[in-house]
Amino acid sequence: MKEKLEEIRKSALEILEKATDMNALEEARIKFLGKKGEMTAAMKEMRNLSAEERPAIGALANEIRTSIESHIEGKKAELAEKLEEMKLKAEVIDVTMPGRARQTGKLHPLTKVMNNIKDTFIGMGFEIADGPEVELDYYNFEALNIPKNHPARDTQDTFYISDNIVLRTQTSGIQVRVMEKKKPPIRIIAPGKVYRSDAVDATHSPIFHQIEGLVVDKGVTMADLKGTLEMFIHRLYGNETRVRFRPHHFPFTEPSAELDISCFRCGGKGCPMCKGEGWIEILGCGMVHPKVLANCGIDPEVYSGFAFGVGLERIAMGRYDINDLRLFFENDLRFLDQF
Amino acid sequence: MNLPMSWLNDYMDIDVTPKEYADRLTMTGSKVESFTSAGDEIENVVAGKVLTCAPHPDSDHLSVCTVDAGTGEELQIVCGAPNVRSGIIVPTALNGAKLPGGIKIKKTKMRGVESNGMLCSHDELGITEETLGYTPEYGILILPDDTPVGKDIKDIFGLNETVVEFEITSNRPDCFSIIGLARETAASFDKKFTIPEIKFSENNENIADTISVEVLDKDKCKRYCARMVKNVKIAPSPMWMQERLRACGVRPINNIVDITNYVLLEYGQPMHAFDLRDLQDNKIIVRRAENGEVIQTLDGQNRTLTSEDLVIADGGRAVAVAGVMGGFNSEVKDDTTTVIFESATFDASSVRLTAQRIGLRTESSSRYEKGLDYHNTVPAVERACQLAESLGCGENVGGMIDIMGNVTDMKALPFRPDKINAFLGTDIPTETMIKYFDALGIITDTGKMTVTPPSWRPDLVGEADIAEEAARFYGYDKIPVTLLSGEATCGGKTDRQRFSDAIGAELTSQGLYEIYTYTFTSPSLFDKLNIPSDSELRNTVKISNPLGEDTSVMRTTITASMLDTLARNYNHRNPSARLFEIGRVYAPNGEGELPNEPQKIAIGIYGGKTDFYDIKGVCEALLAGLNVKRTRFEAVTDNPTFHPGRCAKITAGGKTLGVIGEIHPSVSRRFGIDTPVYIGELDFETMFKNAAPDIKFKELPKYPAVTRDIAMLVDKSVPVADIEDVIKKAGGATLEGVKLFDVYEGEQIADGKKSVAYSATFRAADRSLKGEEVQAVFDKILKKLEGKLGAQLR
Repeated sequence: MKEKLEEIRKSALEILEKATDMNALEEARIKFLGKKGEMTAAMKEMRNLSAEERPAIGALANEIRTSIESHIEGKKAELAEKLEEMKLKAEVIDVTMPGRARQTGKLHPLTKVMNNIKDTFIGMGFEIADGPEVELDYYNFEALNIPKNHPARDTQDTFYISDNIVLRTQTSGIQVRVMEKKKPPIRIIAPGKVYRSDAVDATHSPIFHQIEGLVVDKGVTMADLKGTLEMFIHRLYGNETRVRFRPHHFPFTEPSAELDISCFRCGGKGCPMCKGEGWIEILGCGMVHPKVLANCGIDPEVYSGFAFGVGLERIAMGRYDINDLRLFFENDLRFLDQF
Repeated sequence: MNLPMSWLNDYMDIDVTPKEYADRLTMTGSKVESFTSAGDEIENVVAGKVLTCAPHPDSDHLSVCTVDAGTGEELQIVCGAPNVRSGIIVPTALNGAKLPGGIKIKKTKMRGVESNGMLCSHDELGITEETLGYTPEYGILILPDDTPVGKDIKDIFGLNETVVEFEITSNRPDCFSIIGLARETAASFDKKFTIPEIKFSENNENIADTISVEVLDKDKCKRYCARMVKNVKIAPSPMWMQERLRACGVRPINNIVDITNYVLLEYGQPMHAFDLRDLQDNKIIVRRAENGEVIQTLDGQNRTLTSEDLVIADGGRAVAVAGVMGGFNSEVKDDTTTVIFESATFDASSVRLTAQRIGLRTESSSRYEKGLDYHNTVPAVERACQLAESLGCGENVGGMIDIMGNVTDMKALPFRPDKINAFLGTDIPTETMIKYFDALGIITDTGKMTVTPPSWRPDLVGEADIAEEAARFYGYDKIPVTLLSGEATCGGKTDRQRFSDAIGAELTSQGLYEIYTYTFTSPSLFDKLNIPSDSELRNTVKISNPLGEDTSVMRTTITASMLDTLARNYNHRNPSARLFEIGRVYAPNGEGELPNEPQKIAIGIYGGKTDFYDIKGVCEALLAGLNVKRTRFEAVTDNPTFHPGRCAKITAGGKTLGVIGEIHPSVSRRFGIDTPVYIGELDFETMFKNAAPDIKFKELPKYPAVTRDIAMLVDKSVPVADIEDVIKKAGGATLEGVKLFDVYEGEQIADGKKSVAYSATFRAADRSLKGEEVQAVFDKILKKLEGKLGAQLR
């Protein structure tokens, strides 16, 4: 009996081993485990065994039955996996075909650069201030140490609304408005539109954007001005960009400086972009003029500060390699979609 | 301001390359724009004498010449110029020569005849008529007969000079002069700098015996000096002087005028020369002009003056506009024999205003308007006399007339080196600062601890100015780099700024692209937009000096800017566009007041299968995304900019928030768009005020919902918003939501009616609703729909 059972096991495992599809497995199941199968027939013969033999042979028979079952299941899983694999192989697609995206829009490149700049300064504890575009002559000029008839007014061709109201030529007036309202410590940037009566060409526009910056506190130094703006430039253009501060003149800062950066096209070797100088002028800055502080009711003996003004378009043009300022205001979708 | 390097060398020895020079001066504050040597691009061009000249056998316009260019052989050169002839001396480019623009001259054959070079015009050499001082005859440039054959053309025209071009800021009138730049150079390179002593002889007459000077306005005229030169022979000035003038962009005229210009450049002191014969009564009177007084200036233009303008007059009439330009009536002429040199200081803003009023900006006025040093008048006029003598153009008459007006002198300032260092963040030793100051002519008193700026530095009036002087010679690059210390500030954006960012995020996620537009516009656009003549929108902030009519008013609506942008994209054949702008409009507040500048959001769409509900969907999503509460859309039929049947007003909390709709076809056609355009203009502030800043979490439902459909027939004119209102009100708390899923008109529906179908969801938070509960609410809804809207339920 025992030999017979072992014989069934052997032949079952052999058959199962050779099975290559689900049908063969099913046939094997019926052949060995079915109602009329070999195991069933063998089990029936158990009756003929003596009571002593029965438990051992019964256990063996059960063990063999379970073994065949688990082999069938194992083989099934193996075959199913193979089948699925074959099916997947047939389902090949061209992954280089274009994807389907939900169509979203984009922010204007000037907003993107502006956001970048805002983030940098917010990280340094700056707030964002705002002021009117149609501005009193007082804030745009006089409070900034540029009285009527001052030659410095020549450098900014001004649109006038009336004798004492102008379209602001610079965001610097916001400095005064902020200092009048807020006492130090002050750390603000103020982005906005400014207006100059320039005809439109590839590098000029009667409307453009500036970002003004102002810091006033006890003990603010020109070294702080350098450190703050250097960090700003490094965030904007990368740490490898070199920065140069060069003396200049603005009526509302003293000392004043212009900040040049190593040319982003040639890296400072000299190219047409930087007119061979290797440097590109990026912004004007300086220590807030004591008269401007005093005009705003801040004691220049106690407080000091620095201010700067950046042209947003110039930064964005450098950043994205844009060669014509007019593109920003034409808003052709083929332009807007590139950013 | 141009600086010829050779001129600088009159005052000091400077032996650095132009590049080193430019870099150093730039870093001490005198920005160098460029340095050029006009002759850099020219090589191997010499004076050559045309020996013979015969027609080309094979051409009707070429000539075949033999030229002696000092090379020891006669060169055969083919020339196409009409003015070529034997005997003239002309610039000759030899074989292998280089000309401006990278042109190389090589031996060649022209129509079969060998040519060993080229005869040149002034253009080909890059020499302007300005440089020549005259208009040469057409063709090749004919040089004076005494020009040595073989001489390099660069030597003939002084093209070897390196000229440094500076950008001088308006606070530094002293640097609009060679001496001022020499002083800066000396300080920058730590060199010695000396102004040579001015020496000249005078005859034993006295100017005061010939002419009298009277200054009537001593505020506008701060000093007036005059000297006289007689037996003048007017002639061209020497080549070296002409070359320097040209290098500085000044055209040589004659010896006397060139001397005044030379001194102007050298000392920064404007000068003028009068012909004594033309000064009536031998008088000079410095006075205000009469209102309406007319003077013909040297450029031949008649200038009408006002009583605010200062003139130099003689016994009878104005002979110069003070500080701006001399008069035609008293200019130096070829037969002038006696000249009066004027060297005066005029009030800066007076000259500036006069120059502005008469629209004439000159080398002279642009210096005066920045404020000149009254101490400079005497050295300048003496320098002119010295030059007159050394050039041999006349005899200096003895004595000088010198009349002082009302002047102020430089004040001593406190000198606090610690304060300067604390301000700059540096540690510059006091002695080092004093060394810089000495070089600049600033006098330090270490006893009183004061510094007194020199008279030529009107910009040094406070301690910060002194700190800048220390900083720029110490070197901005040596100032340390530190980060802000002190009280920490929180920083960040305001709620409104974050709200604005959120608008951009919502709209871009709706597929819209952001645009930036000009905020000034044309007054004619109101007609273009069909805006009624009595509309408040036509009340604009007007620019008094616009670039043009079409940019002359500040916009009161952002819609036109959006339409312009859509039109541009349409014209550029972009098949569809979805755009938005966040920008200001400008609402006047009356005379002398600043306008309000409310922010608006413009939304614009055309192309694709767009209809009204696309722009409405964008607005709904925007308002929902920003959590704007209690919004409503109501039909508007009388906004003339929009389609009368496809326009809606948006309200929030009962306040008008904006308008959206299809632009009236007559309007879009005027903008050049032949397809339906949808525009919305929303008000930022109304949106912001009605937005709930906080979001409150609602528990997720624990009990199932029951959904029932409601289908009805209503009059076509009933807005679905009204139906929804009725359903919501009647549904009460049990009604969780209601959603429109079908609207149908047409077949099987009676005329004037429409079929509307909703799906309503009911749910209770604390239990499963029973069938009869839902039915009760549902019945109530149906009853109200019948009662309030006359709905026939289906």
